[in-house]
Amino acid sequence: MFPELNSILNTSPDNFKEREFIVLSDKQADASFLIHHYLTFYLRARCKVCFLGLVQSFSHYSAVSQRLGVNLTQAKEKGQLVFLEALKASPGVLLNKGTSDGIQTFDYLRSPFPELRGLFEFVHSSLTESGDDDGKPWGPPVLLVDDLSVLLSLGVSVGAILDFTHYCQATICSQLPGTMVVLVRRDEEWDEEEYSSGHLLQGVTHQCSLSLHVEGLSTGFCRDIHGQVAVWWRKRGQSAQSQRKIFQYKVHDKGASFFARGTSSAVL
Amino acid sequence: MAAHMNSMEKLYNLSSNNATSFQKKTRSKLVSIPGTRPSVQNGQLIVSTGVTSLDYVIGGGLAVGTLLLIEEDQSDSYSQMLLRYFLAEGVVCGHELFLASAQDHPENIMQMLPSPILDDNVSTDQGDRPPTPLHLHDPDAMKIAWRYQNLPKFQTTFGSSLFGHCYDLSKPMEQQVRQAAKCHTFYLPEEKTAAKESSHLTGPYAGLLQCIQALIQKEGFDGSSSQCTVRNVLRVCLHSLGSALWGDDLCCSESPTHYHALTTFLYALRALLRSSLSVAMVTVPSHLIQKRVIMERITKLSDTTLTLESFQGSEKETNPLYKDYHGLLHIRQVPHLNCLLCAIPDTKDLAFKLKRKQFTIEKLHLPPDLSESVSRVSKVELPGCGPTSKHLDF
Repeated sequence: MFPELNSILNTSPDNFKEREFIVLSDKQADASFLIHHYLTFYLRARCKVCFLGLVQSFSHYSAVSQRLGVNLTQAKEKGQLVFLEALKASPGVLLNKGTSDGIQTFDYLRSPFPELRGLFEFVHSSLTESGDDDGKPWGPPVLLVDDLSVLLSLGVSVGAILDFTHYCQATICSQLPGTMVVLVRRDEEWDEEEYSSGHLLQGVTHQCSLSLHVEGLSTGFCRDIHGQVAVWWRKRGQSAQSQRKIFQYKVHDKGASFFARGTSSAVL
Repeated sequence: MAAHMNSMEKLYNLSSNNATSFQKKTRSKLVSIPGTRPSVQNGQLIVSTGVTSLDYVIGGGLAVGTLLLIEEDQSDSYSQMLLRYFLAEGVVCGHELFLASAQDHPENIMQMLPSPILDDNVSTDQGDRPPTPLHLHDPDAMKIAWRYQNLPKFQTTFGSSLFGHCYDLSKPMEQQVRQAAKCHTFYLPEEKTAAKESSHLTGPYAGLLQCIQALIQKEGFDGSSSQCTVRNVLRVCLHSLGSALWGDDLCCSESPTHYHALTTFLYALRALLRSSLSVAMVTVPSHLIQKRVIMERITKLSDTTLTLESFQGSEKETNPLYKDYHGLLHIRQVPHLNCLLCAIPDTKDLAFKLKRKQFTIEKLHLPPDLSESVSRVSKVELPGCGPTSKHLDF
């Protein structure tokens, strides 16, 4: 987890808001470093985490989390982390290897109309099954999805993905008070048709309570400032005002530093 | 990635934990595959693409387990050249090859591989006769210390452990060299179209995916079969995916029927690569793909992406700025491999040129503009102050 981001968002592993739906998005940049932040953050906070690894393998997250100070293998063994290795399982499912009729989790790769119901059932069962850490129960459950827009490349429609996020939000954020973090990567070209991830991002941002949008700098490539993060607190309920702030960031080997615009160490 | 990397990480952790500089001899646990080396930046196992300047630009080499996507130039000549370099490097290092094509027969592609430049002295019998000191008589030869004069210039053994070799494009690779390497081919017109109920999502590429997966499992690249103690790298080359010859209408129509076929195939291919000791180079005719959204998706689904923009036939051919080069190379994407950072190249202005024997990639620099200084000398006209000197020196 990145301490500077924690101070910007006013959270810490000991004290964070529940029932949050956080959306990470990017445009011409890569927001996956934020997924690593949230993964290590919630594991440090002793929460039960369900991670849908749709684009990278477990060893990638494990290697990065080790540098950030969290051991994923240990968390998986203790039962704190449930990791779905969707990437590694996909060739087998696509080529119909083995009779995996019982596993409906990967239905989005199979049927003529790919759907995510099986995936939702997986998430639901992994977050509601009881388990504890030597008698002490885990903290509120968390769902992390990396990333949601790759499902569009696999043939799932925007409507089906929005249904999935709606079901997850209803179950996780409302019923069992927990948190959801999803990553949506936006395509540069905004297509008017239904395949566009711009539509998906709009729909998901409308449902969320906090949005972190990562973009490259408008002036071009810079070695010292990798881009900017626009944080949007979408408050619901009593205080109807929402708040937006923009920070610039630079990713290091063991973390990322966030600073106000124009105050990069390379500039000052 | 591969289990191999865990032992390598243990080695680095070991050296940092030890107070002394003594390192336990755990190197025997590390499998050293010829033609690969750990990257200096993040310790990943990398292989050479065959073009040393390209290796330098993408961060030392191509990491094993990743996918290199090349967006072809308009005439597909330079992308085919990069494929041939990649295959030639595989032959010289002793890696296994898998070549798939729908256009040219793989045998024809293999016959046009560039031949590696090896030292002639030691190629026939090693060390039996002393190398003839030809360079002593040649006045233009470089003067090097006497101690090193008799050593061979390049390492010559095939299956050589040297990383990155030099190739001569004017000579094709000799047959016996080529046949020393195991090459599996997939030529689409000759493949039996097995009518099985494969998922509609992969469509035209189902057979290709099946073939690659079967090869990886059979030869043990994913570490599944315990019999294979000698580990090797598989180089997968796929030529011109997405073109009409593969049965895909991505390049032909605005609203293709198999919209998700290529993207699903690349997703599954990357999954196969991540769980085995293989590396893939895929070329795609991106200039034919009508929908830019698909090209963006394809870029995001691969690890390293390059675009070749050749000057042939375009107005840039006659531009004096580009007179030394044949095209531009754009790096669209570099991967984050097991770490938060990625290997950012020094410069994004890269150009390539094809000399008679070699293909190189260089930093694009503008030639010095000499025309201005020449005209300055001749154009001096004093506003009529008298017979003072015409050239004002300050």
